[in-house]
Amino acid sequence: MTNILAAEGTQQVADASGVFSLSWLLIALPLLGAAILLIGGRRTDRFGHLLGTAMPAASFVLGVVLFFAMLGRDAGERSLGQHLFNWVPAGSFQLEAGLLVDQLSMCFVLLITGVGTLIHVYSIAYMEHDLDRRRFFGYLNLFIAAMLLLVLADSYLLLYVGWEGVGLASYLLIGFWSHVPAYAAAAKKAFVVNRVGDFGLSVAIMIMFFQFGGVSFAEVFSGADGASEAALTAIGLMLLLGACGKSAQFPLQSWLGDAMAGPTPVSALIHAATMVTAGVYLVVRSAPIFNGAPDAQLAVAIVGAVTLVFGAIIGCAKDDIKKALAASTMSQIGYMMLAAGLGPVGYAFAIFHLLTHGFFKAGMFLGAGSVMHGMNDRVDMRRFGGLSAVMKVTWITFALGWLAIIGFPGLSGFWSKDKIIEAAFVGEGWRPWVFGLTALIGAGITAFYMTRLFVMTFHGKRRWDDDVHPHESPRLMTVPLMVLAVGSALLGLLLGPTGAIQHWLEPVVGEHGEEAPVLPIWVLSTSTVVLVLVGAALAAAMYLRRPVARTAPVGSVATHAARRDLYQDAVNESVFMRPGQYLTRSLVFFDNRGVDGAVNGVAALIGGSSGRFRRLQTGFVRSYALAMLVGAALVVGAMLLVRV
Amino acid sequence: MNPMNYIYLSALLFSIGSAGVLLRRNAIVVFMSVELMLNATNLAFVTFARMNGNLDGQVIAFFVMVVAAAEVVIGLAIIMTIFRTRRSASVDGANLLKY
Repeated sequence: MTNILAAEGTQQVADASGVFSLSWLLIALPLLGAAILLIGGRRTDRFGHLLGTAMPAASFVLGVVLFFAMLGRDAGERSLGQHLFNWVPAGSFQLEAGLLVDQLSMCFVLLITGVGTLIHVYSIAYMEHDLDRRRFFGYLNLFIAAMLLLVLADSYLLLYVGWEGVGLASYLLIGFWSHVPAYAAAAKKAFVVNRVGDFGLSVAIMIMFFQFGGVSFAEVFSGADGASEAALTAIGLMLLLGACGKSAQFPLQSWLGDAMAGPTPVSALIHAATMVTAGVYLVVRSAPIFNGAPDAQLAVAIVGAVTLVFGAIIGCAKDDIKKALAASTMSQIGYMMLAAGLGPVGYAFAIFHLLTHGFFKAGMFLGAGSVMHGMNDRVDMRRFGGLSAVMKVTWITFALGWLAIIGFPGLSGFWSKDKIIEAAFVGEGWRPWVFGLTALIGAGITAFYMTRLFVMTFHGKRRWDDDVHPHESPRLMTVPLMVLAVGSALLGLLLGPTGAIQHWLEPVVGEHGEEAPVLPIWVLSTSTVVLVLVGAALAAAMYLRRPVARTAPVGSVATHAARRDLYQDAVNESVFMRPGQYLTRSLVFFDNRGVDGAVNGVAALIGGSSGRFRRLQTGFVRSYALAMLVGAALVVGAMLLVRV
Repeated sequence: MNPMNYIYLSALLFSIGSAGVLLRRNAIVVFMSVELMLNATNLAFVTFARMNGNLDGQVIAFFVMVVAAAEVVIGLAIIMTIFRTRRSASVDGANLLKY
């Protein structure tokens, strides 16, 4: 574990001592909470939500302590490895289970436990009337534990355990109301699509093991230095497949929209702030591999750019507030992937945007949950409108999240997204123009669809159904909203202009020289802001100045396509599902008629003939005697014949 | 006297016995026919012992007698039981043990 000086961008790992030797508790506490709540059953109903909230909160406190302890160390000595146990002792192959606490995982620990705790608090009120609230908190704790394991693991195999753990928790939580068939189907869809991605990750781990003889980060990254580019490209592409599945990137994005079937806090925690960003974490963590494989890196950037536009277009047409936010999540993760695909120039900004996005998107999802809470769980934005007067806190906090995501100057999204756009314009040849312009236009579309969402929900005429009486949500829900709103507003200012996030992550993701974009920075910043303003103004003109229809108008071909998620389900169905069904059907037919036919035929033949032979057992003793006599005569005759 | 005559006699007795087993219905008669067959083989064994000049055949004849004695005990007991339950000793009547 120690003293392995790895490839460029990775620092020496020191043994965890002092307070850092407690880092296993980060994972153990929520895991304990999940175990108590899920095994304890009904007996824990009374205090389940409190215990479930206390566990991530304790993890958060420990995370903060670790963070300050890490701040107290020198910049080059902040990477700490904690050996847990010998996991797979198999002859000469030894796999150790250990944790790696460094600057990158620390960012995630604080995000997961911090935002996670807020969402737990929110859920206490949001799920108050649900009979299964205790089970909900058990699953949430399980998720927190798995996600922390994912980001703290010091080997790809242990990371894979966390990876599957969050997939399981996501599946359980999407299908939390599994008595609704559509929700159960959504959970299954998420699980199946994630399986495709997980397959990629597992293949990547196998190639690593084959190439480097080990799967720990230290072994892989030191091996990546001397490895062939082909091997690194293969690993990189497989890792990308895994990242696409988990982060809902093109072409494995179809599950995220349906995943909104889960309770809203789940959408906020898992499908906006943390789990779906695991793919970005994977790419950034595997920086030494991607640095050695430019083709794989380019693929990451292309996937990010495509998803960025894809999600943005879908977001423009959705009337379901959660699905519009989901499309936006997809698009924002596209930004992160794009940044991660740009190489060392973008890694830190990918994580930066991930952190700010974690705050503002979680805040907006919780805001959407608060709106649904007041509107009898309705999600159709065409039946909202004019809510700013009755839900003041939700309105203001949502407004901050909205300004943050569209990149309003000064707020979080402005700092993080602007940096990604700048980084996308760095480079030579066609790349800066394609990626840069995509990111730039994406910012404009983002402003359009988020403004549309915001004004349709909170402004304009009241288009409520007769039986709803919107009201502000209880304190337990509004306080997390306020905290997240403050984070959305200030986090970017805190980390962005000072360059803090870059300096912090530099030892992990590697240094890069100051490279100038192909256009001057002031041009980029100005055009971003102008595009954002144009997008927002357009949305305001279309959905604020003009009345919004209570039922969706027919719309153009493009609107139709976007409403149907750009036909991603149709494509998946016609390309994968139907041929797969035909294949399985023909296999079943062959199995029934061919294999089973042969087996059953033999059995029927034997059964039928024995039915005939059975008739020989007449029960008449004399016929048996005759048979014996004839048999004996035959034997004697045969013996005589052979003798002669 | 030619020992082959005993063999012919033995074959004749065996045939009579087997015909009795196959053709008669009364269990007692069938049983007696079985005894006749056993004794026919005994006669053949003894004759062969004489022809070959050793005692093997005679020894086997003794074994057959012992087996026959045991068989009489069991066989008569079975016939008695069948007769008691069915009021008849017909071997064709007792045909329940079949397919």
